[in-house]
Amino acid sequence: MDQQQRSSSGYSHSPRSPSSQPYLSVSVTDPVKLGNGVQSYISYRVITKTNLPDYQGPEKIVIRRYSDFVWLHDRLFEKYKGVFIPPLPEKSAVEKFRFSAEFIEMRRQALDVFVNRIASHQELQQSEDLKTFLQAEEETMERLRSHESSYFKKKPADLLQIFKDVQSRVSDVVLGKEKPVEESNPDYEKLKHYIFELENHLAEAQKHAYRLVKRHRELGQSLSDFGKAAKLLGACESNGLGKALTELGAKSEALSIRLQKEAHQLLMNFEEPLKDYVRAVQSIKETIAERANAFRQQCELAETMKLKEINLDKLMLTRSDRVGEAEIEYRELKADSEEAARRFESIVRLMSEEIVRFQDQKTIDMGRAFHEFAKGQARLANSIADAWRSLLPKLEACSV
Amino acid sequence: MMGSENEAESQVFASREEMENLVLDEPSDNTNGNGGSKSFSDYRSVMSSLADAHHPFSPPLTPADSDPLLAPQPYRDLRNPSLSHDNNNSYIEPPAYADVIFSPFDENTGSEINGIDSPGRSSDSSLSLSRSPSSSSDYIKITVSNPQKEQESSNSLVPGASTYVTYLITTRTNIPEFNGSEFGVRRRFKDVVTLSDRLAEAYRGFFIPPRPDKSVVESQVMQKQEFVEQRRVALEKYLRRLAAHPIIRNSDELKVFLQVQGKLPLATSTDVASRMLDGAVNLPKQLFGEGSTVAPQDVVQPAKGGRDLLRLFKELKQSVSNDWGGSRPPVVEEDKEFLEKKEKMNVFELQLSNASQQAESLVKAQQDMGETMGELGLAFIKLTKFENEEAKFESQRVRAGDMKNVATAAVKASRFYRELNAQTVKHLDTLHEYLGLMLSVHGAFADRSSALLTVQTLISELSALHTRAEKLEAASSKIFGGDKSRIRRMEELKETIRATENAKSVAIREYERIKENNRTELERMETEKHADFSNMLKGFVLNQVGYAEKIANVWAKVAEETSGYATDSA
Repeated sequence: MDQQQRSSSGYSHSPRSPSSQPYLSVSVTDPVKLGNGVQSYISYRVITKTNLPDYQGPEKIVIRRYSDFVWLHDRLFEKYKGVFIPPLPEKSAVEKFRFSAEFIEMRRQALDVFVNRIASHQELQQSEDLKTFLQAEEETMERLRSHESSYFKKKPADLLQIFKDVQSRVSDVVLGKEKPVEESNPDYEKLKHYIFELENHLAEAQKHAYRLVKRHRELGQSLSDFGKAAKLLGACESNGLGKALTELGAKSEALSIRLQKEAHQLLMNFEEPLKDYVRAVQSIKETIAERANAFRQQCELAETMKLKEINLDKLMLTRSDRVGEAEIEYRELKADSEEAARRFESIVRLMSEEIVRFQDQKTIDMGRAFHEFAKGQARLANSIADAWRSLLPKLEACSV
Repeated sequence: MMGSENEAESQVFASREEMENLVLDEPSDNTNGNGGSKSFSDYRSVMSSLADAHHPFSPPLTPADSDPLLAPQPYRDLRNPSLSHDNNNSYIEPPAYADVIFSPFDENTGSEINGIDSPGRSSDSSLSLSRSPSSSSDYIKITVSNPQKEQESSNSLVPGASTYVTYLITTRTNIPEFNGSEFGVRRRFKDVVTLSDRLAEAYRGFFIPPRPDKSVVESQVMQKQEFVEQRRVALEKYLRRLAAHPIIRNSDELKVFLQVQGKLPLATSTDVASRMLDGAVNLPKQLFGEGSTVAPQDVVQPAKGGRDLLRLFKELKQSVSNDWGGSRPPVVEEDKEFLEKKEKMNVFELQLSNASQQAESLVKAQQDMGETMGELGLAFIKLTKFENEEAKFESQRVRAGDMKNVATAAVKASRFYRELNAQTVKHLDTLHEYLGLMLSVHGAFADRSSALLTVQTLISELSALHTRAEKLEAASSKIFGGDKSRIRRMEELKETIRATENAKSVAIREYERIKENNRTELERMETEKHADFSNMLKGFVLNQVGYAEKIANVWAKVAEETSGYATDSA
């Protein structure tokens, strides 16, 4: 098949590739603050470049806001159980921070990554909801968004299912089957354990990465203060010493700026990827929960079906006039049970593919982050060395 | 003041105590005010954690080693004032250093000269080294050690008699004026106070290093080991500073303190007072000049009119403390120059205090950077181990490998930051030292003011006496033959005037002498300050360059190793 011959990402991203190759490229740009006061928010331009038949034109630009991305995420999560849905950047807790340039840039970058991951995912890129997200008019989007924005993100059918789940769980408790049913798959157990442990380790690394950003800023600040103090001290002194102190102060201040810049780079290119990694792991945990649900449903329906089967046999033996009704019920239940089994198996299959993709992708993502980190630190250290080194001849002159 | 680099002794902080003692002299500096006390505690916490030999990131990390060991960390001594020949990137330490330090994990040994591991000679660190001025062969080194508790032997009426601590003061010197080249005495803190008081009297106008503070808490605290250790270090610093002062190092007081066994044969403050009262005149040497031209009548005079002189001085002092809020020097050309210098000194002190504070902040920031970098490295090491243990896919192993490189680099960088900081502390300590010096400058200026005040008081006293004499003269001339009592009073008055005249001459001479001391000290301070600050700046900058290069190399390697992941868009 065509799909298999292409790269695992499905579509290419480069609009410059030959027009025969299908491509889908998205970018999230241009954050703009809209609205007033408490209701103000940031809107983004989402630019889609594609030659796919289902999409409009070579280029389409729509305006989207954060909650639109949340809508897309939730829809995908509902529909594509078993797939590790790319994680969203967090909703900001602190009001003051919400409109800081840095936060906006970080979010924009994260949203861009989010959409592109979806667009390059073999399964997810087929999603209708993605098409809607990338193309629908703002009013449509708004309608869809507000429809979903209630606390009940589930559709009525799902609500019913939850009800049923609760029912069966209650009966389980009554019947003394309190322990939730779980897969007894040792490999899967290992995976679960791995994911949970991984989150802890990553969270710690991310915490330190964030602190490191802060340290850069603090060092920058102290260099700036120290530089100023040195300059003032230099003003007290005459002759070479005064000049030396002043020069030192100036260099110190210059380095302060360099450090602030590097702090920003560190945040965007190292800390953020780490945070993204954490989010990805959390997304996997959600999928794990979904799988557990699916497994439980499958088990319960299978149980109920068996009971119904026994009951049916009984009725048939007694030639009850309730047989017909029971038969219908049984058939429905059988269909549901098979459906549940299919759903579960699909999740299992998807997950095993996803985990491979996840590991591969994360090695690349982290490799890139490490590279940027190392490059940045080397660059910074070299700037520092160069700056101070340039002072040395001047200092020599002073002490004569 | 600050010493040259010629001293072949460890300039390394190896112990926590030394770190904490760095700021012991600070609290006496009133100019720091609130800011000072705050930065004091920050500095202390920075210092104490800096010296923490059990920091998990101190040990050398060999590639196979993923678990932090607990070996103490070697320090790199980078202070190098004579680096005129250094042009290339790799900065080279001159081989002249006696103790050079080796960083075992530094791969770029190449042309870089590293050194040997500096042992933890905890009691042997020194901040203010004896400065060898013109005669670089002059050498005096003082060590304070071996604190011991002793009992106040005389008053054993009271059970649990008061104990005090004595310290062993060891001196090594080749100065001929001392009897011997190595000797030791036991002294207690009270002896140090006595030494300090006698020096203050004898060397008015000089920038005398301030002594360590007395402790205002009870003897309970005195016993505590930490306090004793802090005091020991402070005493050592103080004595070394005294020995570094070109004039004071030759003083009898210091010689006596360092050499005479048994009880310190210097007059304590109470002794001086009583002797003055007895009239057994033991006026400060200064009144007779410093061993230079001493006119015979000056030597003779105090014995005769000495008692009156002393009484005058005492009364003057009294009136000074009662009425005079401060001195008002006459507006003479010379004083204007001094006033300018004084003002400059004040401004300098202000900026110095500020710079000193900012230096402490800088040190803390560097410290934090190193710490966090190390923690990041550790976190990645744990992650690496985890991925390797749980690896099911090759991609995981690859990632673990990349992570390990980053982690190793981070831990190395962290160690470099810590070393950088230890050196920075030493270099920037010059700022703190000079702040302490300001105290002695204020003292010297105060000596001058009080001497001038004495002169002015005597002058006005004299003019009052003359007026009285005139009046008395006028009155007695009206009565023919004169009044016996009046004549007697006239005689007494004339005697008083003579004594006051003498006192005035002495006071003027004293004032001039102190002024001269001020002047020479100011000159000396300018020269030394220039040298010390230049060294500080150079040392600081060299240090930054050296370590920045090392850190850059560490990361460049990792960037190289991960270059396969680089995106084109960068």
